Amino acid sequence: MSKETLLEIKHLTHRFGGLQALTDINVNLKKGEIAGLIGPNGAGKTTVFNLVSGFYVPSEGDIIFKGTRMNGLKPHVIASLQVGRTFQNIRLWSDMTVLENICISQHYHLGYGVGSALFKNKKYRENEKKIHDEAWQLLERFNLADSALDYPKNLPYGIQRRVEIARALSLQPELLLLDEPAAGLSTSDLSDLITYIKWIHDTFGVTIWMIEHQMQVIMSLCDSIQVVDFGKEIARGTPEDIQKNPAVIKAYLGNEEIS
Amino acid sequence: MFSYFVQNLINALQWGSFYSMIALGYCLVYGVLRLINFAHGDIFMTSCYIAFFVITGVTAHFTGITGIPLFVITLVVTMGLTALLGVGIERVAYRPLRKKGANRLYVVITALMIGFILENGNLALLGASSRRFPDILPKVIWNLGPSITITNLKVLVIISAFVVFAILQFIVQKTTLGMSMRAISYDKFAIPLMGIPVNTVITFTFALGSALAAIAGILFGMSYQVMDPYMGMIIGWKAFIAAVVGGIGDIRGAFLGGFMLGIIEIFVTAFLPSSYKDLISFVILLVILTFKPTGFFGVAKSTKI
Amino acid sequence: MTDKKKKFLVPSITVLVMLIIILLAKVGVINNYYQTILMTICINVIMSASLNVVNGYMGEFSCGHGGFMAVGAYVSSILSLILFCPGNSITGHALLPPSMAIVAFPFIILIGGAASMVVSLLVAIPSFKTRDDYLAIITIATNFIITTAINNIPIVGGSRGLMGMKTTMSFMAKTVSLPWMLIWGFVFAALTVVVIHRVMHSTLGMGISAIRYDEISAEIMSVNTNSMKLLAFTFSSGLAGVAGGLFAHMLGFINPSSFGIMKSTESLVMVYLGGMGSLSGSVISAFIFTILLELLRPAQILKWVIIPLMLILIMQFRPEGFMGPRELTQVFPRLKNLFAPNRNLIRPIAKPTEVRK
Repeated sequence: MSKETLLEIKHLTHRFGGLQALTDINVNLKKGEIAGLIGPNGAGKTTVFNLVSGFYVPSEGDIIFKGTRMNGLKPHVIASLQVGRTFQNIRLWSDMTVLENICISQHYHLGYGVGSALFKNKKYRENEKKIHDEAWQLLERFNLADSALDYPKNLPYGIQRRVEIARALSLQPELLLLDEPAAGLSTSDLSDLITYIKWIHDTFGVTIWMIEHQMQVIMSLCDSIQVVDFGKEIARGTPEDIQKNPAVIKAYLGNEEIS
Repeated sequence: MFSYFVQNLINALQWGSFYSMIALGYCLVYGVLRLINFAHGDIFMTSCYIAFFVITGVTAHFTGITGIPLFVITLVVTMGLTALLGVGIERVAYRPLRKKGANRLYVVITALMIGFILENGNLALLGASSRRFPDILPKVIWNLGPSITITNLKVLVIISAFVVFAILQFIVQKTTLGMSMRAISYDKFAIPLMGIPVNTVITFTFALGSALAAIAGILFGMSYQVMDPYMGMIIGWKAFIAAVVGGIGDIRGAFLGGFMLGIIEIFVTAFLPSSYKDLISFVILLVILTFKPTGFFGVAKSTKI
Repeated sequence: MTDKKKKFLVPSITVLVMLIIILLAKVGVINNYYQTILMTICINVIMSASLNVVNGYMGEFSCGHGGFMAVGAYVSSILSLILFCPGNSITGHALLPPSMAIVAFPFIILIGGAASMVVSLLVAIPSFKTRDDYLAIITIATNFIITTAINNIPIVGGSRGLMGMKTTMSFMAKTVSLPWMLIWGFVFAALTVVVIHRVMHSTLGMGISAIRYDEISAEIMSVNTNSMKLLAFTFSSGLAGVAGGLFAHMLGFINPSSFGIMKSTESLVMVYLGGMGSLSGSVISAFIFTILLELLRPAQILKWVIIPLMLILIMQFRPEGFMGPRELTQVFPRLKNLFAPNRNLIRPIAKPTEVRK
């Protein structure tokens, strides 16, 4: 079974004004794998994600997803190309119900325009039903249907995290970018998270690329890991390789996250 | 033609000086608090009225005082009272919101409302008839050439603008107070932890900004002599445009922006019907804000994603 | 009551109430003064609810609503004059016979609204890149640009103003004797509420609200934020234009100074009083605000000290307004019984699994 390349990043270099954030980053994500991106704080990991998501246009280099060059595409277009993403801090829409959060994420296949909404015609009603049905289905699968009509701010943190990941999955992504999914979770919750991410990977067949500081999570889930520091790649390989790599250990020295 | 041009230039510099001085006041407050104090133009208007009453009061009770001593007394007293007004507004309206950590939007709306209260309160209290600002300093006219004249007042106004700018530059760049002001604009939360008395600095900023408005107010009254409760609104907005065009948050920008706007307006009026003046100024604002929102000197703030 | 019937309950009651009021007006029980107040309430409802789309649902700070009202007022007035006013200041003669006034009027108003939509692009397009303070300034500048531009157009009267719209109104009354101002006011106000409700509560419209809470995650979740902003601004301004048209025809005389920043402030007060993002809040506050303004009329100028003061106090003590971001049905859940339930919000029962044979 050959593994085709899903996301290819070639010679990615990015500058913010005079600040060099990334230098010659190369990535080759295979379809179906779980990959990790680690490095000390400020290394540029979130910048990579932001470039893939379309928030910045790369200064140099190419980002190619399923054969399509994504440089310069707007974030919502990239989302409709089936790239999903979560953030370090929860960015749910706080005054909308969980159900609404999931529904709004389906703007990419809304199916109707303002006119239809104004007249509440057949097109509108059918598409709204479709959107809501899919939202309910997703919530059922994630065991979140009970909270569908609740507001995220009233829900426990762990459930909010689940909602956020579920929301990202409503895009039916082929690639899911998880930015520190373990942030804010206590150590006891970590094994739950690991099972959860594995479940998502297996059930939805989605390729996962993860930024994380909690080594436990990275080491148990990832097939391959890349390490960056000061915007440059300093190591790549399997979890075993990385754990023994002296450059990695040096970069992390003093960082309390190392397990 | 040349003399027409020079005369207009002189008038433009005078007109622009007012925009500059008021723009500097906006800039100060924005620089420190990231707050557009929409009431600033109306504080300028109020200071003009305060000066009027100070002069009326002084000349009524101390008939001997005229000319430069009168001017100085008016200046000092008006600046003081206006500063009190500015500080009072800050204390009563803005500070409680700041303390609550309220959304900046609410403070901006409050500022806008305070402006309205000043305007309409004035109108209600003093009536609609426009007043005439009294003459204080004897007018001295110098002839610079064929049909080019300049008065001592114009010179005073223009020099004041430069002096005010120089003083501000000094305070902001060279004094500890100025440094605190700049620091607060970067990070309001960490600063108190470093021992800087935030409230004191903010109070000072408002006092200073309002005092500047007062200088502009007195000079404006002396220059153009017509006073009405709504004079602050349009001038305030224009001065604000000037600050934004120059780059709000940077006093160099506010200073230059004021003169730029003054020059644009006077020359527009010279060649087009005067009703186009406001239209063109606002169009310029719109254009600049669309293509270079940070103005000439401003620094873009990017959000961290 | 079945769901199907419930769909018509509230609309029927509303229409009935309106018909009763119109009848009372026709027979003279409700005199001209009260009719004007009701009209003003309708206009304020439209202004308040439409501004809420941008300032409330989308969370921007648009302070130039008066400008868009001006565009609608002037465009619809010009059209009205050209079509119906003999001896008008623009073409000199009327283009249509008086009997067509009733039919033409809604189109006149809507065209005014469309014109506002076009002008609102001046604000909508910059809004793609700018937010908050800067956008606020752009909206204020646009307001000023609109009013000062009108001041410089002599054919529409410049600063002296435009009049003659009452002719259209009187022609309508001559054709069919009814209180037309009131009727049109009700029609457009009701339409506004329905239209805003439909759009903002559809998944499409909720994209606009998502921008308020978190624009970045909205983009990530496939919401085309630029389209949403365009929609919100044009929609909101179009409705303001409609209100402007009604306003012009109610007064019979307009001039640019009525549409300056004071007018915009009125709308701001109503939105923040009622609650950002609450349609029912905007409607309620439009009522309260209009009546308050009437009650304060004897105080004259002081009125314009009291209103800003009110808003300041709201900012201090209850910045989220009367209703906050909630609708009436959320504050009084029993009211939900008056409406047909949204079946999309009901959890579907899991399909029974097939029994294996």
